[in-house]
Amino acid sequence: MEFLSRQYADVLVAAPLGRIDHAASASLEQRLVPLVADAGTRLAGVVLDFGGVVYISSVGLRVLMIASKSMRAQGKPISVAALQPVVSEIFTISRFDKVLPVFSSVRDALANVSPAAQRAFDADPESPRA
Amino acid sequence: MMRVRFWGTRGSLPVALGADALRAKLRRVLREASGRRFTTAEDIDTFLDTQPFALAGTYGGNTSCVQIDPGGNEYVLCDLGSGARAFAQAIMAKHGADGQTYHILVSHLHWDHIMGLPFFTPAYMAGNRLRIYGGHAELEMALRRQQDRPSFPVDFSAFKATIEFIHLDTARAYDIAGMRVTVKLQRHAGDSYGYRFEGGGRSVVYSTDSEHTLADPLDTQGFVDFFRDADLVIFDAMYSLADAISVKADWGHSSNIVGVELCQMARVGHLCLFHHEPAIDDEAISHLLVDAQRLEELTSEGKGLRVSAAYDGMEIML
Repeated sequence: MEFLSRQYADVLVAAPLGRIDHAASASLEQRLVPLVADAGTRLAGVVLDFGGVVYISSVGLRVLMIASKSMRAQGKPISVAALQPVVSEIFTISRFDKVLPVFSSVRDALANVSPAAQRAFDADPESPRA
Repeated sequence: MMRVRFWGTRGSLPVALGADALRAKLRRVLREASGRRFTTAEDIDTFLDTQPFALAGTYGGNTSCVQIDPGGNEYVLCDLGSGARAFAQAIMAKHGADGQTYHILVSHLHWDHIMGLPFFTPAYMAGNRLRIYGGHAELEMALRRQQDRPSFPVDFSAFKATIEFIHLDTARAYDIAGMRVTVKLQRHAGDSYGYRFEGGGRSVVYSTDSEHTLADPLDTQGFVDFFRDADLVIFDAMYSLADAISVKADWGHSSNIVGVELCQMARVGHLCLFHHEPAIDDEAISHLLVDAQRLEELTSEGKGLRVSAAYDGMEIML
C-alpha cells in the first residue's frame, strides 16, 4: 500500500492511502511500526492522516493499536485525523474512537500536539489542507 | 431442515436481570405505553413487539448450551453450561425422565461450559444414554471432578444413565445423530474446539471461546474454510474490537467486528453473536448487534450476511 510521511516541526504526519484490508495491513505494519518505534526520542508526537484511507479492517486497526501502545510506552501522543465518513463509522463501530484521539483535520491534530508543528503546517504551501 | 435452540448464551458466568434493571425497563415501557388502552393480552403483545428487544425482552443469563436439532429422535447439545438445566427440564416435560439419547459436544472444560452437568437430571436417570464428546484428553476427569466434594454433594457415581466419553480428533469427520461433524482447534486458554454440523443440506458452526486476531493469513484461512458457506455461524462475540485487541487481548475471546469479517470472507448466511459478556446489560448487547449489522451494511460485497444476537430461548430454523 502507498504510505507517505512528512515531518512538521516536531510532529510526524504519516499518511497511508487506499484500502487497509487484511492484505494491506501487513504492509502498513511494516511501515508504521518502525516509524513510531523510536519516535519518542525525537518527536513530540505522531499524527495519522487518514484523509486518503477509504476502508480499514480489524487487522488494520490492530496495527494502529500496536502503534498506539508503542507511543504510549514512550509517553508521546498519537492521533488520527481527517477520517472519511465510512472509516469514521468503522472507528465508532469498533470503539476505536475511544482508543485513539480523532481530529477532523490534520491541522487540528497538530495543534493539539505542538504549536510549532501547527505553525510549520500553516507555513507550508504544500500542506494538504493548509 | 435444521432447528437451533439457544438454552444458554452468556459467557463466563451466569447472570440474572436484577431488580433495578427490571424496574428501569418497566419504567421505560410504561412511559411508552402512556395513553394507550389495552383490552386483550394480544393488544399488549402487539405493543411490546414494537419495543426494542433490549427493553421489552432480555438476552438472558444462562451460560453456553445450544441444541442442534436435525429432526431425529436423539438430542444434540453443544456445551453443558447452566442452560443445560432448562433444556433438561423441557425435554423431561415432553418425554418423561428416561429413554432418551443425548449427544453432548463440549467446546472446552472451563466451568461456564460444564457447570450444567450436576443439574442435568437425565444423567441421574437409568435408561438414558449420554454420549459426551470433546477434544480434550481431560474431558472425563473434569466432569467427574466437579461432582466431587467439597465442590458438589452428589458424586459422579450417582449418575445412573449410561455415560460414554468419546474423544474427537480434528483430522477426521464423525457421524453424530445423522449429521456429519467436523472439529476445529481454537485459540483459547487450555484450547477449545469448534464444531461444524452438516445434515439435510444445512450447516451450522458452533465456534465459541475462540480468539481471532486475523493477523496470520494461514490461521485466518483455516477458519474461513471451517465456516465456508455455512447457513449459520454461532460466534464468540464477547467484546468490542477495541477491547478484544487491547485490555482484553489474549483473554481468548473475539468481537462482533471480527465475526462479521470472517463470515463475509466465508460467505456465511447468518452470523449469530454469542457468549455475551456477563458484565454488560441488554442495551449494550443490542449496541454490539447494531454495530455488527451496520458494519455488514458498510462493507458487504455480494451475498448479504444476516446478523443476530442469541438470547436464551431463541430458535433459528434453517
